[in-house]
Parts: sequence; C-alpha cells; structure tokens
Amino acid sequence: MFQFIFRRLSLVIPTFIGITLLTFTLIRLIPGDPIEVMAGERGVSAERHAELSAQLGFDKPLYVQYFHYVTGVLQGDLGNSLITREPVMKEFLTLFPATIELAFCAAIFAIFIGLPAGILAAVKRGTVIDHSVMTFSLTGYSMPIFWWALLLMLVFSVNLGWTPVSGRIDVVYWIEDVTGFMLIDSLLSDEAGAFSSAVAHLILPSIVLGTIPMAVIARMTRSSMLEVLSEDYIRTARAKGIAPWRVIVIHALRNALIPVITVIGLQVGILLSGAILTETVFAWPGIGKWLIESIGRRDYPVVQGGILIVACIIIVVNLLVDITYGIVNPRIRHSR
Amino acid sequence: MTTSTKTSTTNTPLAAPAPMTPMQEFWHYFSSNKGAVAGLVVILIICFMAVFANLVAPHSPSDQYRDALLLPPAWLEGGNWSFVLGTDDVGRDILSRLIYGSRLSIAVGIVAVTASLVMGILLGLIAGYFKGLIDTAIMRIVDIMLAMPSLLLAIAIVAILGPSIVNAALAISIVSLPHYVRLTRAATMAEMSRDYVTSSKVIGAGPLRLMFICILPNCLAPLIVQATLGFSSAILDMAALGFLGLGAQPPTPEWGSMLADALQFVQRAWWVVTFPGLMILITVLAFNLMGDGLRDALDPKLKQ
Repeated sequence: MFQFIFRRLSLVIPTFIGITLLTFTLIRLIPGDPIEVMAGERGVSAERHAELSAQLGFDKPLYVQYFHYVTGVLQGDLGNSLITREPVMKEFLTLFPATIELAFCAAIFAIFIGLPAGILAAVKRGTVIDHSVMTFSLTGYSMPIFWWALLLMLVFSVNLGWTPVSGRIDVVYWIEDVTGFMLIDSLLSDEAGAFSSAVAHLILPSIVLGTIPMAVIARMTRSSMLEVLSEDYIRTARAKGIAPWRVIVIHALRNALIPVITVIGLQVGILLSGAILTETVFAWPGIGKWLIESIGRRDYPVVQGGILIVACIIIVVNLLVDITYGIVNPRIRHSR
Repeated sequence: MTTSTKTSTTNTPLAAPAPMTPMQEFWHYFSSNKGAVAGLVVILIICFMAVFANLVAPHSPSDQYRDALLLPPAWLEGGNWSFVLGTDDVGRDILSRLIYGSRLSIAVGIVAVTASLVMGILLGLIAGYFKGLIDTAIMRIVDIMLAMPSLLLAIAIVAILGPSIVNAALAISIVSLPHYVRLTRAATMAEMSRDYVTSSKVIGAGPLRLMFICILPNCLAPLIVQATLGFSSAILDMAALGFLGLGAQPPTPEWGSMLADALQFVQRAWWVVTFPGLMILITVLAFNLMGDGLRDALDPKLKQ
C-alpha cells in the first residue's frame, strides 16, 4: 500500500515542476517588457526600471529566476498583487472559502440528483424513465452554464422573485468573518434571517455549477449499474429470492459505485473551472471572479498565482482520488 | 449515402445478400441511432446557415435600426415580422446575428479541431512509434496539460496572448491537444504489435511510411469520434471565452459575446439572453449526439 502511495506521489513531482514552469513562463510570455507592462500607462524612468528589475530579479539568468520563483512558491510566497499590493496568497485565502462553499453545495446537488437518476435509469432500462434521464443528462452535459445561469436568474429571480439575483447574502446583514463560510458565519451571528438569506443566495449558483457534474454522474452511474446488474452474482441474488430493492441497493450499488467515486473526484476540476463562469454571472466573491477580474486589470502576479494554486488543488484532489481508488479496489493497487 | 440505406436485395431468393461495404455497414449502424441522425441533420442545417449566411440572414449583423431598439420577437405584442427574434439594445436583428454567429462558431470549431488533430496525431504517432525517452517526455507534458481544467488553461493562454478570436481558437486547440495525443499513442502502440506492421517493416518500409501509411489509417476510428466531440467542446469553450470577454470582441456577432452584451438587459428583454444561449446549446447537443452515434457505429466492441 505504501509502495502504491509512494509511486503515485512520485508522479506528482514532475507534474508540479511542469505547472510551475508553465506559470513561470506565463508572465514572461506577455508581449513587451514585464516592468513596463506592470507600470501601465504611467511608464517608468530608466533608474526605476533598473531598480525594479533588480528587485524582481529580472536581471538574473532565467534558471536563477525560476529557482527563486519555485522556492518562493514552496514557502507560500506568490508575490504581491499589482493593484492592491496585498500578497496573492492572502487574497486567495480570503476568497477561497466562498468558492469552496459554492463548489461543495454544487457537488451535493450533483450527487443527490445524479446518483438516484442514474440508478433509476439503469433499473428501468429502455423505458420512458431511462430515455428521459438520458436526454436530460445529455442536455445538461452540453449546457453552456453561463447561459443556464442567466436563464434561471431570469425565471426565478426576475420573474418569480423567489431567489436573490447575486452575491452571497443580503446587504442588510453584516456578518462577521469567522470561518469565511457564509452558511456557518450567518448561523454564528445573532442576525435573524441571515442564515436563510445565505441559503437563498446559494441555491441558483449551486444548481448552475452542479449541472454538468450531475449529468456526468448520472451517465456514469447508469452505465456502471447496467454492467453490474448483468453479472452472475446479481442473478444468483435474485434467484435466492432477495427483495428487488435489496439486490439493487445492497448488492449492485456497492460495486457500481467504484467507478462513480472516481468520476465524482474528477469533477473537482470541472467545478473549479465552472466556478469561474458561475461566479462571474452571480457576482459571487470567490476565486473564479477574482481571476477573471485580475485578467481584466492585467494584474499578472494574481493571474499567475491563482492559476498555480487552482492547478495544484486539482492535482492534489486527483491524487487523493487515485489513492482512495487504490484502497477500495486492490486490483488497481497491485497492477504494474 | 442514400443508396446505402436500401439493403441490396436480389430477385433470386436463394442468393445470399451481398456483404455490406464498410460505408454501408457504417451507415447501417449510424442510422439506427435516431439521436445521431437528428444531430447530423441539425449540424448540416447550421453548416448551411454558416456558409450561406449572407443569403439566409434577413439583415446585416451590424446594421443598427435606431427606431427598433430592444424589439421583442415577432409573435409577441410589439414585435415586428421583419425582426423575427427581436432586436438588441442598439437595434440589431438578433436572428441575423445568430446566423452570422454560426459562421464564426463553425469556423472556430474547424480550425481548432483540425489544428489539434494534426498536432495530436503527429505527437501521438511519434510517442507511440519511437517509445522510450521521447514517449516519456511527450506524455509528461500531456499529463501536465490534463491536470488543468481546459477552460482555465485556455483562459491562461488568452490572458497572455491577449483577447481575440484567433488567440481563443489557438488556446482551444492547445487545450484539446492532450486527448488526441493520448488516443493516437494508445492506438499506435496497439497497432505496432500487429503482424502487418512487422511484415511492412521486413519488406523495408521506412518509419515515415510505417507511421502514416500503415498505422495511421487503422487508428482513425477513435480519432474521428474524439474530433466530433472536440467540436462541441470547442464551440462551448469559445462561447465561454466570448462570454468572459476573452474571445471575440463586441461588434463581432459571436454567440458567447452576444450573451455577455445582453447581461445588463436580463431584466428588461429576455429574448436577447435566451436565443444566443439556445443556439449554443442546440449546436453543442447536436455534436454530442452525433459523436455518440459515431462511437457506436465505429467501435466494433460496442456493436450489437
């Protein structure tokens, strides 16, 4: 088992180096002189240019610059934002809980709808239920989520007035930032109605962000269930007279879930990149919106750092999924 | 393709039916999947619209009718049949913009898919044929690219190069590269151990001939499927980039940027928001349906 984990970990190191190389090159590929780009319209004097160049290490050879960059990254130093002058890491940490909260609720939505829908489709194979689940999931899979967000907003916020249009909580509430998670913070505060306001703000963004993962999970669950349901041991269980629901839930589902768990793990990437679009539409103050705004403001250290952190999170999650998979399924652990 | 739908029946009842040509066999499996055929029909319609946009569209995509701002679709009160789907905030005909937008989406799809297909096949063939160090190097890079969500990587690339349609298409072709490399490499490796490759090698075929004339044609099936699905993700990513302001720039009639422009009118004019998104959804859905159908028709393991 340790050997397996070690092997997986050793594969992460070259990937990490590659990603840092990518983000390191990113800022150097911007057409023109980086310092002049950073200075913007104002321009810089020759002395200030040399000074900044020395300060940022641009006068040193590239490999030295890269080495400095990676050492900084490993110590959590991602440079400072050009606009706010705050460390990128600090900005990221203040905004990240909002994204986690959104992604978590989206994942819950995706799993709680996608999994039962997939099971139902597999059990009722070839019926109207199966066809409609598959149609819905293919539609969800093809959905431009930024449009889906606008559409839901149009119906539920503008026309029906059931949910708020944007943000994390109503402006009338002032919630102290304890954990960064609005659901928890609003419960901790004394404000009446703050929690329900936070929930109401979360509903539409979670549905939007969860749509594609839901479709993927439903499709995967269906095909995995169909495969397991055709196995001999299921026929045996049925022949023994075990109740149909028990065969499905206890006997079939447990084995069918293995590939589904992997797929759920892989949705983290989709959730994080989907968050960029969802947060932009709903004005959700998370890292997706932060990244897009930084691109608009040409705040390159933030773009560089943000992309690096998101990529690292995805690598770590994929690694954890791989390891969990190895624990659940010994065949994977011992292969190769 | 129409002739192939008729199975070749002869008048003499004892004669065995002629075996289907590969094309007929393909069409037989493909046409049994109704969704795939529907997808194909929609794609053909959209391609027709794209090619003949200047003939099909009732108006120019950039003409601004100052006396018809934010006009609702024709069937609603206040609508005008000369603007079937209504007009946007500066009085441009939405239907015409959608039709011209299909030109852009299809063009970007073709460019992005072709570019990544060619590069992906080349790298995949090299990795699968030569193996060893080259293979490891190429696959490591591919793994790194796969570690990033494609939209994030595309955003990063566009952020460096600057927002424009060309850069967005370039970014999309780069992010879809890994899939083609992996597929080609896996198929090449499987084909390499076949007898026909060995015998070609014995006859004296060089590496180039082996790679492109012997092996490549036998790897095409999964690549065709992936290319079709690649179309749908290219169109979706292009629209997303356009929506974020990183793709086509405002006056261009692109579906994603049309949506971004419409953001501020959500509350007043639902049609400016609804129709561009619907076009994206329908197009992407059509390519996904056709991709599924192609997979069923081309993958012998899934036949029956």
